Amino acid sequence: MANLSVENLRVRYGAATVVRGVSFDVADGSVVGLVGESGSGKTTVARAVVGLAGSSGAIRIGETDLNACSARQARRVRRKVQLVFQDSRSSLDPRFTVEQCVLEGIDRSEFRRRADASRRVAELLEMVSLDPGLARSRPGNLSGGQRQRVAIARALAARPDVLIADEVTASLDVSVQAVVINLLRELQAELGLTMVFISHNFALVRYMCDDLAVLFNGRIVEHGSVDEVISAPEHPYTRSLLAAIPEVGRRRLLSDSAAEATAIGDRPAVGGCDYRLRCPVGPVAHADREICRTDDPVTEAGGRLHQAGCHFAHRKDGAGVPA
Amino acid sequence: MTEVARKPRRFPLSTAIPLALLLLFVFLSIAGPWLWGTDAETSNVAVADQGISSAHWMGTDDLGRDVLARTLVATRSSLVLAVLATIVGGCAGVALGLLSAVSRRLGRLIDGAIGLLLAFPALLLAIFFAVLFGIGSVGSVLAVGAAFAPGFARITQTLTASVISKEYVEASRVLGKRPLYLTFRHILPNIGEPVILYSTIHIGTAVLALSGLSFLGLGVQPPSYDWGRLLNEGLTRIYTNPGVGIAPSIAIVLAGLTFNMVGERLSDILGGRTAAPPKLPSKQRGLDPAPARAETTGTTGELVEVRNLRVVYHTVDGVTTPVRDVSFSIAPGEKVGIVGESGSGKSMTASAVARLIDTPGRVEARTLRFLDADLLGHGTEVDRHLGRNMSVVFQDPGEALNPAIKIGTHLVEPSVIHQREPKPAARRKAIKALGSVAISDPARRFRQHQHELSGGMKQRVCIAIGLMGEARLIIADEPTTALDVTVQRQILRLINDIGEMTGAGLLFISHDIAVVSELCDRILVMYAGFVVEEARTADVFTSPAHPYTAMLLAASPDMDTDKSRQLPTIDGRMPGPGVDLPGCYFAARCPRADVTCTESAPPLRTLAEGHRVACWHPLTGAGAAGDDELTGVEAKI
Repeated sequence: MANLSVENLRVRYGAATVVRGVSFDVADGSVVGLVGESGSGKTTVARAVVGLAGSSGAIRIGETDLNACSARQARRVRRKVQLVFQDSRSSLDPRFTVEQCVLEGIDRSEFRRRADASRRVAELLEMVSLDPGLARSRPGNLSGGQRQRVAIARALAARPDVLIADEVTASLDVSVQAVVINLLRELQAELGLTMVFISHNFALVRYMCDDLAVLFNGRIVEHGSVDEVISAPEHPYTRSLLAAIPEVGRRRLLSDSAAEATAIGDRPAVGGCDYRLRCPVGPVAHADREICRTDDPVTEAGGRLHQAGCHFAHRKDGAGVPA
Repeated sequence: MTEVARKPRRFPLSTAIPLALLLLFVFLSIAGPWLWGTDAETSNVAVADQGISSAHWMGTDDLGRDVLARTLVATRSSLVLAVLATIVGGCAGVALGLLSAVSRRLGRLIDGAIGLLLAFPALLLAIFFAVLFGIGSVGSVLAVGAAFAPGFARITQTLTASVISKEYVEASRVLGKRPLYLTFRHILPNIGEPVILYSTIHIGTAVLALSGLSFLGLGVQPPSYDWGRLLNEGLTRIYTNPGVGIAPSIAIVLAGLTFNMVGERLSDILGGRTAAPPKLPSKQRGLDPAPARAETTGTTGELVEVRNLRVVYHTVDGVTTPVRDVSFSIAPGEKVGIVGESGSGKSMTASAVARLIDTPGRVEARTLRFLDADLLGHGTEVDRHLGRNMSVVFQDPGEALNPAIKIGTHLVEPSVIHQREPKPAARRKAIKALGSVAISDPARRFRQHQHELSGGMKQRVCIAIGLMGEARLIIADEPTTALDVTVQRQILRLINDIGEMTGAGLLFISHDIAVVSELCDRILVMYAGFVVEEARTADVFTSPAHPYTAMLLAASPDMDTDKSRQLPTIDGRMPGPGVDLPGCYFAARCPRADVTCTESAPPLRTLAEGHRVACWHPLTGAGAAGDDELTGVEAKI
């Protein structure tokens, strides 16, 4: 097993830089959550780590930096990082059987005989609590939850050290979501997987993760242990995300408006703090807070636990003194 | 049940004709030379250059050979060459197309070459290549193949590009698979079907192209002959003996048509399209058993009243019932939410109320009323009534707005059509509506197109469209599912504010019970096409009566869920719309189910004021009994 360490990761698509210097560490056997709105770059971070998107910066699995080693070595080490996609309908080839799907993940040099590989497939299917009798059926005949479990089995077949789960339950019904989440938690604990859990669902992230990184506009704006970030969010963006979570029986979405961002939909600002146009404690609400227009509060170094990239992060009302 | 949708005939005419023709051509290719070989080869100068007669139906050529026999015999060479040419072109084209889609370096170069070659007519290319490859059968096959290659390359390239971006190919790459593996295991099998269809159609074109080359003297050389060659030989005498031209011409046209039809039909069949949509049984099906399961409340003055609603689909595969039995009502200004998982029939219910169920679906109900309009009735009057008084907001605002039409037109159109309002007045109203859904600079947005707006903005526009009429009811079908939580919150507030401002009722559909509970006064929980529980919002989460409701509440973690415990789950799947069960549809997954549950369907009965449940063993209220894991779950909430 190994830890994952991402340092100053940058990803460009054409002229646009989607990930702008993201750094985080996932300790061996721990789970880090990435949250943020669509377009914040969380999926792109995942794609860069597994090599589906070209990136600059360091991606270290244990000692190996995937962006600074030979292609041969990278190919070998990359198998140790696996990604489970959001939509199991498109992440499984419709023409493959379940067995073929899982077999794809297995390193065939590991098994001399085909029968041994098949046995390993059955083992993996059992590991994700799927009836091995389903081995011959095709993804189209499975339910969403079953398909997602096949996808997880395929990822585990590569014997990964690091597993990235990108919105794995977003297209599932709640009853099925619970099954998949329980399974992921069990597997993570059992196999000691290092895991990155990406989701827009804060409650799920809280339930799954040890640490949490909040992304906005391609950068981490707040980073800390899950409990710290949720109980004492520092960045106004984190606060607005937390305040927007619908919860059964609370009925606060319609009433409480303190942490509401001001003008959602506006593009991130250029220069200074890029959240300032939406920020309830920034210059839109407090005209005198000039520093938000001039200085970028997000530091790219990262590493220190629970830090937020905000000039006014120190106090909950945002009426702090600039650092 | 008097009549079920009849199964379509095994061989409709659209399949039978191409199939018969194809078989004819196959038969001729195999048996032709054997049956008519002698007639076609034997020269008899005594009967040379004869016209159409009973002995020689298409006359004879200058050596006295029977033209019809020669045409029939030439089927084999014509078709074999055409198939070969298609195979040559197909293989070369597919290879080039794959290369250009897979390889980053070669890709652009090949792409450019394909584009250039596609700019020329295929026949012109074929002639050019025929000169290049030399005259004769082999040369012409290669030439036609080469002329077809760019077309095959382009279609392969496009198909590959769509497959290669699929997540299963990406997953394979993450597993360290090389491009060759991806090509043969994922890409080729997934593009095979359309490429083969394309080839079938191209055999017909190849017949034409090869005949053209032979006709020009570039193709098959004497003494061999194909249809083109026959046409070439007969051309000089076409006025004295039309048969020598007619026979091969008919053959060429028929062959071309046949392969085209076969290809088209094949793609229809593989694409799941039948020749004609199956006819619905003409007789209205009676409302059998389902109704009368709910107690009628007899309230009047409701905005919407639905009694024993059922939505039935008659398809080729049989009858499905996505909505089995739904009864509810909405009072003016009331906010009602429907919660359920996918397949529960919640969206269909909303569509039925909005009269958006199209054939082959059919809406049946004891009562389906909106204000004073009977929604089961027909006529444009009802539609106009809905257009004015009901507004629908869909899940994906990007799909709901036409990308080619300006935002403003979307807003203005319904008023102009439904309320016959003059355009300038409608325009003023539209800008005001955009302003009231908190869209900045509404006059500018009015002139923009949907791609210029963010997802939240688009959803605001959809809501603004609803504001243009005098909406008495807003139906919102998962309006925030595609949006971020912060935007979701704003949209929920907006919907709530608008409800309060206009006094409109709200029917809010969502899979997320938390979202519904934030907004609605009353919640209906749907399962497998039934309303299984209906209660005031507070009652739903303090005392859920149906085991399914309790499960829904418990399965989704919230911000206080105990991290050391597993999430409660239940096994099994929701019965699909094609299943017909005598008892409770949840019984198979329910920890409280007993024989009663599997044998008879529980009616939706009243537990307490405003709290109804369809369960034989509800968790609360009269008949609630004992402690088990579900009551435990509910206590935890």
